[in-house]
Amino acid sequence: MALAEQTAQLARRSVIRTARQPANVIGPFVFPLMLLAVNAGGLNPAAQLPGFPTDSFLAFALAVPFIQGALFATMNAGTDLARDIQTGFLNRLSLTPMRSIALLGGQLGGAVVMGLTQALVYLAVGLAVGVRIESGVLGAVVLILLSALIVLAFGALGAFAALRTGSGEAVQGLFPVLFVGLFLSSMNMPRNLIEIGWFQTVATLNPVSYLIEGVRSLIIEGWNPEALALAFGVAVAIGVVGLTASSWALRERLTRT
Amino acid sequence: MRGVFTVALAVAWRVLHNVFTTPTLLIPSLLFPLFFFTAFAGGLSRVSEVPGFDYEPGYTAFQFVFVLLQSAAFGGVFTGFGIARDFESGFARRLLLAAPRRGGIVLGYAMAAVVRWLVTASVLTVVALFAGVKVHGGAVDLFGLYGLALLVNVAALLWSAGVAMRFRTMQAGPVMQMPVFLVLFFAPVYVPLALLQGWIEAVASVNPATALLESGRSLLAGQPEHVPLAFALGGALILAFSAWAFRGLRRAEAAGG
Repeated sequence: MALAEQTAQLARRSVIRTARQPANVIGPFVFPLMLLAVNAGGLNPAAQLPGFPTDSFLAFALAVPFIQGALFATMNAGTDLARDIQTGFLNRLSLTPMRSIALLGGQLGGAVVMGLTQALVYLAVGLAVGVRIESGVLGAVVLILLSALIVLAFGALGAFAALRTGSGEAVQGLFPVLFVGLFLSSMNMPRNLIEIGWFQTVATLNPVSYLIEGVRSLIIEGWNPEALALAFGVAVAIGVVGLTASSWALRERLTRT
Repeated sequence: MRGVFTVALAVAWRVLHNVFTTPTLLIPSLLFPLFFFTAFAGGLSRVSEVPGFDYEPGYTAFQFVFVLLQSAAFGGVFTGFGIARDFESGFARRLLLAAPRRGGIVLGYAMAAVVRWLVTASVLTVVALFAGVKVHGGAVDLFGLYGLALLVNVAALLWSAGVAMRFRTMQAGPVMQMPVFLVLFFAPVYVPLALLQGWIEAVASVNPATALLESGRSLLAGQPEHVPLAFALGGALILAFSAWAFRGLRRAEAAGG
């Protein structure tokens, strides 16, 4: 079986496994939209602040579910991989001619498929409630591609955690850290409008801010090359680090096996 | 009655011993309120400049009251997780067999939830004072504020206990947590009720958490408003959820733990 076919088979398995667990499906689809509803409703008056980049807080906040959904994808990809380790599936797989890179690629491929589906749902909900994508149809396509890249990047981090620890609980333990990363970013307020100095510094140093701002620029600004370059750059950097680390962890794990 | 208190004290001591000797149980319940306080008060302080925002003690104090009530509610929910864990591990079955007066079991969990929350509230208050929360209310007002939070804590515990005793599994965690999260966040979290518009204003206007939150904020500001209504609502929630929890206990008894 060719590498691509092996990867596709494992990606299919990953998607089916996720789809069969309602908690894994409902969480990434419902929670980000719920948070969007709560924040957009409660913070709508903030759009009246001088210098706020749009008059609709909903449009401003629509970027957040894309990133939050990626965090869920991280958890799902990592937890499923950890379960494969805990149940001995990885051990059995290592006895077959399956190439190890296919395992990683398949797991992440499954996460990306889920991430793409999530992104399409978030976009559809946004359009349905009246958000206008300023960058147009092409911008929506770029937005989906950026989301997929972010899911891949965070998914690689989740896979690394799973391969390194072999424990689903340890992967789940990452979630609060990522959640904190999301909240200590420009998620709810543009960085230039954050009043508290240390918070603004943390948000500026936080890579999540640039991911959100890249997605957000396509929705509320149109084409902002700087924001997009930063978002794609940060996503690629996280992805390269995550993939390198997870490939190394996979090699280590298979050596031990 | 003596039997009830003997059981309650034993259950409460065990829960508190578990919580305070297990960092994975203690740390999240201490850190989450601090994190929300930091994220909301730090990141959104500019919201106080929205036209019509007129909370005198400032935005940090405005968010402190929300986070205090939220910590009370989630203190109850986290203790509810422990009840579910006790059922899952089989401990609750032995507890039901050993307790001469089973009503003491619910009372014991409630006492533990209160003590647990008092510790969280103390840490949160110290941090908030260091962060510059301005307290305009007097001692009686503050007593009222913490009293309201205490009612929220007990009500959330009784709600979670009812769920835990019906489902008797940790998988019921989201059923305990999600309604509490929604009720809290569909209140005027970020701006006063008067500044909310649209569907969120309609929901917040009939949400009991709004009365508790607005009353709590008025107490911190030293200008009490609707305090009897808030206490009456808190009392009503406790009565209703007591019935829910004790019926849950009967269900658990009928199912044999």
